[in-house]
Amino acid sequence: MNESFLLTILILSPLLGIVLLSVMPGNHRFINYMGVLGTVLPLVLTLIVFSLFDRTVSGVQFVEYRQWFELMTSISPNEPYTVAYDLGVTGLSVLFLMLASLITFLASLTALRLKESAKGFYILFLLLELGLLGVFVSENLFLFFLFFEITLVSMFLLVGKWGGFNREKAAFSFMIYNGIGSILLLIVIIVLFVEMKTTNITELTMLLKETDSLEFLSGDTRTWLFVLLLIAFGIKLPIVPFHTWMVRVHVEAPIAVVMIHAGVLLKIGAYGLLRFGVGFFPQQLKDMAVVLAILGVINLLYGAFIALVQTELRSVLAYSSISHMGIVLLGVASFNTAGLQGAVFQTISHGLIAALLFLLVGVIVDRFHTTKLEELGGVASQAPLFAGFLLAAGLASLGLPGMSGFISEFLAFLGLFESMPVIGSVGILGLILTAVYMLRAVLAVTFGERRPLFDGIRDLTAVEIVPSAILLSIIIWIGVYPAVLSNTLQLARTIGIGG
Amino acid sequence: MDMETLLQYEWNSMWPEFTILLTAVALSLIDLFMNKKKDRSLLIWLALAGIAVAIVCLVLQFDDGVVSILNETYRLDSFAKAFKFLMLIGTGFVLLLGVPDESTSVRGEYIYLILTALLGGMMMASSADLITLFVGLELLSLSSYVLVGIRKTNPLANEAAFKYVVNGGIATAITLFGMSYLYGLTGETNIYEIQGLMGSDVVTDNRFLAVFAFLMIVVGLAFKITAAPFHMWAPDVYQGAETPVTAFLSVVSKIAGFAIMLRLLMVPFVFAPGTGEIITPDGISYETLLVSVRPYLVLLAIVTILVGNVIALRQLNAKRLFAYSSIAHAGYLLVPLAALSELVFEAVWFYLTAYLLMNIGAFAVIHVMSAEEEVTVASFAGLFKRAPYLTIAMSIYLLSLAGIPLTAGFIGKFEIFMSALGTEPKRYLLVTAMLAGTVLSYVYYFGLFVQMYFRPSKRQTPVTISNGVTAVLAITAAGTVLLGVFPSIALTFIHDHFQFLEIFNP
Repeated sequence: MNESFLLTILILSPLLGIVLLSVMPGNHRFINYMGVLGTVLPLVLTLIVFSLFDRTVSGVQFVEYRQWFELMTSISPNEPYTVAYDLGVTGLSVLFLMLASLITFLASLTALRLKESAKGFYILFLLLELGLLGVFVSENLFLFFLFFEITLVSMFLLVGKWGGFNREKAAFSFMIYNGIGSILLLIVIIVLFVEMKTTNITELTMLLKETDSLEFLSGDTRTWLFVLLLIAFGIKLPIVPFHTWMVRVHVEAPIAVVMIHAGVLLKIGAYGLLRFGVGFFPQQLKDMAVVLAILGVINLLYGAFIALVQTELRSVLAYSSISHMGIVLLGVASFNTAGLQGAVFQTISHGLIAALLFLLVGVIVDRFHTTKLEELGGVASQAPLFAGFLLAAGLASLGLPGMSGFISEFLAFLGLFESMPVIGSVGILGLILTAVYMLRAVLAVTFGERRPLFDGIRDLTAVEIVPSAILLSIIIWIGVYPAVLSNTLQLARTIGIGG
Repeated sequence: MDMETLLQYEWNSMWPEFTILLTAVALSLIDLFMNKKKDRSLLIWLALAGIAVAIVCLVLQFDDGVVSILNETYRLDSFAKAFKFLMLIGTGFVLLLGVPDESTSVRGEYIYLILTALLGGMMMASSADLITLFVGLELLSLSSYVLVGIRKTNPLANEAAFKYVVNGGIATAITLFGMSYLYGLTGETNIYEIQGLMGSDVVTDNRFLAVFAFLMIVVGLAFKITAAPFHMWAPDVYQGAETPVTAFLSVVSKIAGFAIMLRLLMVPFVFAPGTGEIITPDGISYETLLVSVRPYLVLLAIVTILVGNVIALRQLNAKRLFAYSSIAHAGYLLVPLAALSELVFEAVWFYLTAYLLMNIGAFAVIHVMSAEEEVTVASFAGLFKRAPYLTIAMSIYLLSLAGIPLTAGFIGKFEIFMSALGTEPKRYLLVTAMLAGTVLSYVYYFGLFVQMYFRPSKRQTPVTISNGVTAVLAITAAGTVLLGVFPSIALTFIHDHFQFLEIFNP
């Protein structure tokens, strides 16, 4: 593969928007449009990467490699630790990349409503996108961490400045939880770095697979590293005891940011778990599969039960996210092709569905100024288009066949029943609960008594219909023709197991 | 010693010191004979010129080998050069901070006392003898005491100066006490002679005394670098002193402290026998002293990190907050030392460079804001609206202090983590403490973010920034980012010019 700069251009592309925005006067009429335009360029570049990505060969593509810096010790100056700048994409990361640029673009549309200090918002928004793109194209743990922290800082400012009433608290707990996660990740990175002298992900995967524990890291160390990784990404995913920050962010953050948060940011947790957890420590994962599966079931059921009693739509969706991420864990825990594929599918599919749901919540906030379920109701007759989309999104979320949610849950559970039938049957209960809380929430909004207060409310506008329709059609497309994901994914090659 | 021997010495190796000394003397004379009503800002520019000349002299010496003069009491090796370089740059920034604008004036004493303090620091970095080391330490300390109390009528400054004198006096006494044991064991004051004699039977028979000497020296120097539990003076002194002086104490004085600590702890004791016995086929031998005392150093580092970060959480006064933050950073800097890593000199030097940039920058921001009121955390409220560029600079320093990537602070912290995990056995305890400390520090660093960006401001007026401070802000912010993005600038610089292991060769 010859050298190309495509990926560097891709991750730097949001900078163009940032620069243009920062030279524009803050009260300019077109500042919001400029912000949206800023996300178009990365989307176009991602589409190019997506279409140029060769699905017939294995391995990392679009590789870029530069030496970045070396750490030399005075005692052994000839064996420097080299930190490199290397980028590349695998089938797995291409999918996440696509998800990230698409949702960022659609989310930027919903922020067009923003009136106050839109300039700062879009600058940080694009910075967040830069971080997200970087996370998914890093072929190197050091860079991965670097971009991960960029998303952290920009997200902190976005939530804290433009969020709801309790925004500062939400931003703070976001920062602290994710700060802990990222520091744990850093420890894992450094231990691997000092032992293996490289941070390249593919190299590490190969090295860790080929060497037994006597040569490099002992079995115990590997287990510890795996546990640290699990906590680091578990905070992000989130796995249940670490979920409070995520609910706060879901409830407080501005809608455009929540779309990215629920749609992409949380998915970094799944991505990390699949790419590093499964890739680096397959044996440790196998040993702890039962623990993971139990954590998954807890996530699934806990999220579902709590979602059932929420009286506020955003909280319902937040807990629903937790519940759905349980399925990702279950898929990973099953540790076979079907299960892992299910985990990836579920991550992508939930990213799309959550983005759609929050997009519609944004409409609710804009029109009805409340997200309390009891204050909403009967809008089906006043805003039929909106109600239709909401219902469709709800059905996708509960796993209606023909939509992406179904195929992912099906695969995940297929894998799980193969390896752990008992846990699988407990988990099925969660799926039933999903239907219950989702329909409860959706129906409470759309049906019921017609409220005169909402008469004359505007239905979806063009700017809202387009993104909703795009998301919904992709959801249905994946549901009907899942090969669109699996062709690119090439799971056996990407992660290197099963198949 | 006759004239001939004196002239034989390679005096040119002391040019940086001579330059500073001459500048300080000249400035004190000019200040004395200058009309009292005349503006003193000329003196600052002269001092800066002196520092610039000293830096040039030092840079010209970079690739020379080890030079030892004055009966081996003064020694110019890579280690000394590296640390002197940092101190000179740091003092340059501090002087720039003090450049007065229309509304303020400057005192002559302030300028030449900073120079004499710097001279003390440079002597500390360069001495190979307990006596000169101690003289350097005292020169730095005495000048700092006066600097802290220079605002005669301010009660806080008086309290600070008093505390500083008493605490500092005790600390130097303890160091001296430790040194006296070294002298007693070996009969030498030259640390390289001591290094050679440490393996002798006398020392082996009295190895507990060697350990005691080591610990006494550590305790004394721990005051200088504000390591807990010997940090109590720092918050009061930082608060009471003028902000440029605080910046000097928290950066230059600390760099000098680490320089002396590394040399005085590593060099004489490197071959000394410790307390633990190792049974070998040839009989009983002793582990090295540095291994025996490691638990104490580890403890010191951990306590410093935790105390600094935990107490910083509750601080409302900005200077006190940064006092505790700098205590925490002293703890991070102790980690490579406590880990006895092979990266120790590189890691400490790089982190000190990063620390110099980000901490001077942060104090520059506080200096700007202290023109309005006593700076508290709440004074930062709405700063972004009033002074966006100042806020962005402050954000860079805070991110760097918190160790977020793309800043110098992150690379420094990364290197420290590497040093703790790259040695066998891995120092998980130290790493855990640093981890906890880093996460705790997010709370107060990002707390300032909350103030600057999210909260509304009480004042509406824009902030005025003098030219000197603007220069400091620009250089430090740019440097912090530059070293974060292209750390190889500093890393290859160290590699090409400094052979730190020279420090061990007599």
